[in-house]
Amino acid sequence: MIEAPLAASPTQAPASAAPTLVVRDLCTHFPTEAGVVRAVDGVSFDVAPGRILGLVGESGSGKSQTGFSILGLIEPPGAVVGGSIVFEGRDITHLPERAMRRLRGNRIAMVFQDPMMTLNPVLTIGTHLVETLRAHQPVSRSEAARRACEALAAVGIPAPAERLDAYPHEFSGGMRQRVAIAIALLHRPALIIADEPTTALDVTIQAQILFEVQKLARAQGTAVIWISHDLAVVSALADDIAVMYAGRIVERGPARAVLAHPAHPYTRGLIGSVASQNQRGQRLRQIRGMPPRLADLPAGCAFRARCDHATAACEAAPAESTVAPGHHLRCFHPQP
Amino acid sequence: MSAATPAALEARAVSQLYARPARAFEGLARRLGLASPARPVQALDRVSVRVERGEVVGLVGESGCGKSTLARIVAGIRPPTSGEVLVDGKPLASLAGREAIAAKLRTQMIFQDPYASLNPRMRVSDIIAEAPRLHGLIEGSESDFVDRALERTGLDPSFKRRYPHQFSGGQRQRVVIARALAVSPEVLVCDEPVSALDVSIQAQVLNLFLDLREQLRLTYLFISHDLGVVHHVSDRVVIMYLGRVVEEAPTEEIFRRPNHPYTQALLAETPRIAPGQREFSPISGEMPSPSNPPSGCHFHPRCPHAMPVCRSVAPPLEAVAPGHRSACHLNRMPSTLEQEIPQ
Amino acid sequence: MSALAFPAGARPRAQSPWRQAFAKVARSKSALAGLVVLGLIILAAVFAGLIAPQNPYDLVQLDIMDSSLAPGSKASAGFTYLLGSDPQGRDMLSAMLYGLRISLFVGVGSAIIACIAGATLGLVAAYAGARVEALLMRLVDLQLSFPSILVALMILAVLGKGVGNVMLALVLVEWAYYARVARASALVERSREYIEAAECLAVPRWRVVMRHLLPNCLPPLIVIATMQVARAISLEATLSFLGLGVPVTEPSLGLLISNGYTDMMSGKYWISFYPGLALLVTIVAINLVGDRLRDVLNPRTLQ
Repeated sequence: MIEAPLAASPTQAPASAAPTLVVRDLCTHFPTEAGVVRAVDGVSFDVAPGRILGLVGESGSGKSQTGFSILGLIEPPGAVVGGSIVFEGRDITHLPERAMRRLRGNRIAMVFQDPMMTLNPVLTIGTHLVETLRAHQPVSRSEAARRACEALAAVGIPAPAERLDAYPHEFSGGMRQRVAIAIALLHRPALIIADEPTTALDVTIQAQILFEVQKLARAQGTAVIWISHDLAVVSALADDIAVMYAGRIVERGPARAVLAHPAHPYTRGLIGSVASQNQRGQRLRQIRGMPPRLADLPAGCAFRARCDHATAACEAAPAESTVAPGHHLRCFHPQP
Repeated sequence: MSAATPAALEARAVSQLYARPARAFEGLARRLGLASPARPVQALDRVSVRVERGEVVGLVGESGCGKSTLARIVAGIRPPTSGEVLVDGKPLASLAGREAIAAKLRTQMIFQDPYASLNPRMRVSDIIAEAPRLHGLIEGSESDFVDRALERTGLDPSFKRRYPHQFSGGQRQRVVIARALAVSPEVLVCDEPVSALDVSIQAQVLNLFLDLREQLRLTYLFISHDLGVVHHVSDRVVIMYLGRVVEEAPTEEIFRRPNHPYTQALLAETPRIAPGQREFSPISGEMPSPSNPPSGCHFHPRCPHAMPVCRSVAPPLEAVAPGHRSACHLNRMPSTLEQEIPQ
Repeated sequence: MSALAFPAGARPRAQSPWRQAFAKVARSKSALAGLVVLGLIILAAVFAGLIAPQNPYDLVQLDIMDSSLAPGSKASAGFTYLLGSDPQGRDMLSAMLYGLRISLFVGVGSAIIACIAGATLGLVAAYAGARVEALLMRLVDLQLSFPSILVALMILAVLGKGVGNVMLALVLVEWAYYARVARASALVERSREYIEAAECLAVPRWRVVMRHLLPNCLPPLIVIATMQVARAISLEATLSFLGLGVPVTEPSLGLLISNGYTDMMSGKYWISFYPGLALLVTIVAINLVGDRLRDVLNPRTLQ
């Protein structure tokens, strides 16, 4: 089952608008007993308003830590040790916690894989929404309740007025995730960071959530960073893709370009190893070896040990090069 | 489907009901109106699946469809509430003693979670050798036996003295496979064996499954929610929804000509790697809970083609093409429909 | 197919979860201090016969003329009463060392027996389920609803004094904690996939319980056992203090404290003070280790 590409959707924000988020050379390190873990090791990307960036990688690639770094959620002894995060023109890399709290939930929102990380099991859904609203804006309770109902309806929850008094455990997993998204969208944030929000959900429910997010992001012009290990989900949703490996972005560019002409051997290997990209009954194309241990990364290109095209040149860390307009790469041997 | 040669593994009209045992004074409480009767959860409703020798049957379904329950029943871990499981044509429940043990060992299970399916306090060599040692299956030195078992799944035998937590997820899954193969089974029931692994490791482990099938002439019941994987490895596919089989057909047939609306929705909504975004048009509604299933056809609340009969009568699983069966009222001729609507 | 190698730099030796846990415990300074102190105490108790200047149980060696002498006084026999002597003429230091031995023996012994008995019942309850489980757990609830001292006093009042009876009373008081914890742990582990795998491989039920279920239910039991040792020691001290515990001629720390209780007012502090200090240090050391053990063996931090 090798699918034919489908037509691109017509309504997309132009990539030339001033970017909502500019990340340059972000480095987040965690000191551990085994050594310093360079979870995020020089990551740079932009996200424009209304565009969806898919941040793809496997476990240990640093994609979730990148999201946490942007939100200032890195707990000591870990810390952002280098680089800059510029949000709406303002440098928030080392913003004090109080200022960060005014941004979180208001201008930048996060959706987690487990909606129970957002929802307190002893509070009703209504309390969650009303509290979030009144934390950042002076509104009356009745006004807040009305807006809460609107938010629930916008994410497709039926009979929202009745559901306001319900507790999280009375909802199914998919509904809970929708509530989490509703909370994220309450203040019309400029940026949403979604960390694997549909990984634990069924295919049919996942499709519903993707649909809602796509619709709402386009309607409100919200920039979205969608973190996932699932290339298929990202390919269907994202405008741009960035592929991460061992804390670095190895390839990034428009989704079409990266998926149709992957230049980095890892991206190629990743796409190639998906079952639907292989002939039925044949052995899957696989990337040999195992993911690296972040505590002692080899010098130079971290993918070297598993790459079929590695040469002596790869012992030096490749800098970012451009293979096509907007399509960037960290590799000495880009694949045609 | 020849009835002469028995299937390697067969579930016949298997049902599984979970009923909470009555608590003390519950009868009294119910009479006083303080407690409502506990509704049993029907995890499986008269499910029949046949796996012929050497076949790979892919079982697809979402949460609550009962696929994990079915897996445990056919692997002999749990007895069904009703119906029977046949191994090589012989009902599992009718066997006793050594025959029962041999039949149990013939069907082994590979679990989803590589972290929970290995005893964290046993060394890998003990994990693999325990059952063969107990059942007298080891000829020669146990150490050689374990070495061969590990090599067969691509693991370095020098690590056999280690504990599970010292291995990565993909390696642990290989240990699970080695443990299952150590008792020389003929059928492997694989319950989402690669879902918890990274994408690049998934490919390695799936290739291992394909290689082992050839080398050892195994039969698989392969459960997965990932349609791409199922399409790649299966000869036949069975689709389940809320405890019932809704469609089954050879792989290419079901992917090219899906008959049941649920199958069609699954295929349409599964994201694929394709350059270019798509517009989503998902089916509405939530997955109903198995403790309160819709009447008639379980899928009717979410089905775009639901008819009045779908609400009252559960459609039987019938042939729509050679080897292709589907449970949907849309397939039935209008004349037969009139006979079914209850008066 | 080529064998997969470990990534470079992996640990070369097998690392048992027990060894890992011990290493983690030793990493905390307070727990390490507790371990060291405990080690010294145990050594002192074991080698009491060699260290003590006098055998306090040998009534021949005691001299009533030497009663209640202050620390540093000279004995009729020639040696120095380093910590003074008690009303019976016993050397406090020797009495404490031997008393430590009894306290530790009773405390650790009763904890181990109660652990084995309670854990077995708890595991059986979890695996058998239904009525057996309900019956056992109601027994546990019943047991735990009574104050431990009350139950122990009642038992000792019926059976009489003596080291053996005290241990029996402590076991009967303590088993319920272990049973409850063991059952809760077993219920969680019972539905784990490695248990299902063992059943799929036709491993006999008794072996599943002993080899698979029990070792994985041990961590919370070990934590409870550690804390219970401290509790048992202090409970025994209480009982002896009240006069219902060990016999007068073989005093434990509790009885020693009781002996000197009334003398505190007349300034002869050493008779109660030093045994009390020894008891305090022992229990604090056990608690330090137990606290750290609980953090280390917490299943959430174990993964």
